[in-house]
Amino acid sequence: MDLRYTDAVPTDAEREAVDALLGPPPSGWEGAAERTDKDLRWARGGAAAAKDRRDQLLPALHAVNDRVGWISEGALNHICRRLTVAPAEAYGVATFYSLLSVRPRPAKVLHVCTDLACAARGSAAVCADLTERLGAPGTPAEGAVWQESPCLGLCERAPAALLLQAGTDPADTAPLPPPAPAAGPVRCSAVVAPATAPGLVTAVRAPLEAPVEPPAAAAVPQAGDPALVLLRRIGTVDPASLDDYRSTGGYTALRHAFKLGPAGVIREVLDAGLVGRGGAAFPTGRKWQATAQQADGPHYLVCNADESEPGTFKDRVLMEGDPYALVEAMTIAGYAVGARQGYIYLRGEYPRAYERLDHALRGARTRGLLGPDVLGQGYAFDIEIRRGAGAYICGEETAIFNSIEGQRGEPRSKPPFPVEKGLFGKPTAVNNVETLVNVLPILERGAVAYAATGTETSTGTKLFCVSGQVDRPGVYELPFGASLRELLDLAGPPERLRAVLLGGAAGGFVRPDELDVPLTFEGTRAAGTTLGSGVVLVLDDSVELPRILLRIAEFFRDESCGQCVPCRVGTVRQEEALHRIVDRTGAAAAQDIALMREVGQAMRDASICGLGQTAWNAVESAIDRLGVYR
Amino acid sequence: MTAVPLQPPRRLVTFTLDGEETRVPEGSTILDACRSAGRDVPTLCQGDTLTPKNACRVCVVEVEGARTLAPACSRRAEPGMTVRTDTERARHSRKVVLELLASSTDLSTTPRAAEWIEEYEAEPDRFGTDAARVDEQPKVDNDLYVRDYDKCILCYKCVDACGEQWQNTFAIAVSGRGFDARISTEHDAALPDSACVFCGNCIEVCPTGALSFSSEFGMRAAGTWDETAQTRTTTVCAYCGVGCNVTLHVQDNEIVKVTSPHDNPVTHGNLCIKGRFGFQHVQNRD
Repeated sequence: MDLRYTDAVPTDAEREAVDALLGPPPSGWEGAAERTDKDLRWARGGAAAAKDRRDQLLPALHAVNDRVGWISEGALNHICRRLTVAPAEAYGVATFYSLLSVRPRPAKVLHVCTDLACAARGSAAVCADLTERLGAPGTPAEGAVWQESPCLGLCERAPAALLLQAGTDPADTAPLPPPAPAAGPVRCSAVVAPATAPGLVTAVRAPLEAPVEPPAAAAVPQAGDPALVLLRRIGTVDPASLDDYRSTGGYTALRHAFKLGPAGVIREVLDAGLVGRGGAAFPTGRKWQATAQQADGPHYLVCNADESEPGTFKDRVLMEGDPYALVEAMTIAGYAVGARQGYIYLRGEYPRAYERLDHALRGARTRGLLGPDVLGQGYAFDIEIRRGAGAYICGEETAIFNSIEGQRGEPRSKPPFPVEKGLFGKPTAVNNVETLVNVLPILERGAVAYAATGTETSTGTKLFCVSGQVDRPGVYELPFGASLRELLDLAGPPERLRAVLLGGAAGGFVRPDELDVPLTFEGTRAAGTTLGSGVVLVLDDSVELPRILLRIAEFFRDESCGQCVPCRVGTVRQEEALHRIVDRTGAAAAQDIALMREVGQAMRDASICGLGQTAWNAVESAIDRLGVYR
Repeated sequence: MTAVPLQPPRRLVTFTLDGEETRVPEGSTILDACRSAGRDVPTLCQGDTLTPKNACRVCVVEVEGARTLAPACSRRAEPGMTVRTDTERARHSRKVVLELLASSTDLSTTPRAAEWIEEYEAEPDRFGTDAARVDEQPKVDNDLYVRDYDKCILCYKCVDACGEQWQNTFAIAVSGRGFDARISTEHDAALPDSACVFCGNCIEVCPTGALSFSSEFGMRAAGTWDETAQTRTTTVCAYCGVGCNVTLHVQDNEIVKVTSPHDNPVTHGNLCIKGRFGFQHVQNRD
């Protein structure tokens, strides 16, 4: 591989940021400031060396973006030299992710959510007010720039905003007293939710003084209820304390797993009837069994924590409120599938979840619960967190692999399936956060006791993310089989309910006269809708549905990776048609509805992955079930 | 004629193609089976020398029991599979995909596009006059070839040919995403400032004419490009001792472009800058 770079050189800060991640460059071949005589007598690099380090590309891009706020040509050159990556490819990766920028911009970027739940709770007014105070989105003011953002996963406190400030990592200066403000910008993030324009301007001016976020438990209205299973620790234990975790039954499931052996663990999970909670509802035990049986190695475990479905925030609450549970569950899953390395692919917009998980991983390592000899059982396992960088598509299981490997986060075509060829081309089990956490009660109480909750084919409990026009939005845990009405009664439904969006942007709408639909996989399927990832977005009649549909179409158009034609162009045509009929009904809308049906059918049939295949679901259900343009 | 080395024998897979029992060597794709059975399935992004990327989705077929349609170019035939290539569902998707492509890009130089648009009764105009288009101006930044991304359907073939599948130069990649995704050099630099080595292998694989010789681009602009008046002569490149085959395309006694036979077991259609672009001396008549 003969790589060619431009003449642009990195600044000291950019060089430091990359070298802090990768260590000092060993020679001039890898981007050391000077080439020594010795460098001229040997050559290195080549395709093999490049392949080994390619997975550091996204972390390196993050490192520069976190330090400077954007990635210059010189910084990109330096990263490419360090990792033996072609600059065109690195540019292609950097421009794929919305949190990264290859154009100069201020160090402070304010992301204001305008997605479904926030739109239903007045984000448009916040944006209008903000435009008056700070100027139009995308124009720098006060050393910051604000932009509209897809769902930030803070729907229970909508409307929400997230401020990210580039600078030095506070951890770099940790041994010293608190960094002096004069020392320059310090990397930080601030969540402002519920957001108001004046509050956002204050946060922009002094991000470090922004009000502290409420604890994760604030998102769990049922907190403290003894009937809770997955949420039982949230609000009752300190998420930063491993001792708290252990004193409330933590790590008994892992001990039990070691007694059962890997095959025994898989048998329990199969018997419990656990199916994936990420939306596809695939039997977890079968996935683990198929991975464990592969002769090729090593095996990998990937936790899908890229929760980006508009209206979904349950995984964030779990990770922020009970991080050790995920660490323990992943250790059990890794043991079952024969993996020595696990990855948490965490969405980039969750700084607090990152901090909590990182803390939990370090705690577990110190106490021998991760590392070369877990619990003295001779099993070596460790977990690494990989941050996404703003791409909904990276929640697709094969797009995660590409993203971790340092490629553009485009989905791969299946077959081959991940259990056969997944991360780094090796057998991989991919599970969602909620799915993994379910493994703990299965092992603590036994498969039979677990399966006694719920219905025959939907066993256990389910987390629901209730947002929109309800009195008590938040994450609710209910046994499978409860009806939508029961769930809404807990959350306090609006007086004049217009519709409920079930399953998120890829899901479907339910009418107020359909609230008795049982919340199970089979029940929602029979009713022609889906549970998806557990989104329950409640809309009253103050909401203009055509605008919500437009927002859904805009979301899919924005988030399409662009790889296949039905999705890349189809999502654009869908949005155009919805724009044309936004204020029309009846015959005036009929032609465009027919057009959308045709395009929608082709997207569903011919797209490579679930994004394109589901991009028409919610709009179709709004037309057919709610009669929105009638 | 080019010598084609024999492949090791492969087991046969039996499956049903459009109601007929079909046997193909193990590892064959559904498209291979269709072609050997003489059935026409439209393809745009599929290339005979590259691993299919299955990005365009015009070759989709119906596989019994599958929730979605499958791309014939990359789905391998499996024993017992039942495939239908010409169902209403498959035809509908092909029609819409052709409409989506033709309404957003310029397919005027894409071989067979017009024929398929007619066959599938596609109406690209029905998305209205305001339908978003790629809308790119041709990039003319060197004397050898032109990039006209208004004609690009993002099939990834040039990226694969420039990258690890053939050339290992990695001068271009896909940047951006969604409808804004484009084939691009690093920081969108001009080709002479990029890593490009001007082998022209990307032009060789481009299925739409988005990449073309400057000679062809100029003649098309002048209205003098006439493929029916061209002769093709395959000969051996005289620049070095490797002996690559070059096919000279000649119109009015002038070489207008150079390609290379894809079935050549040494080059598979690939050339270097000299074989591809170094033909001026042949017609230097001073």
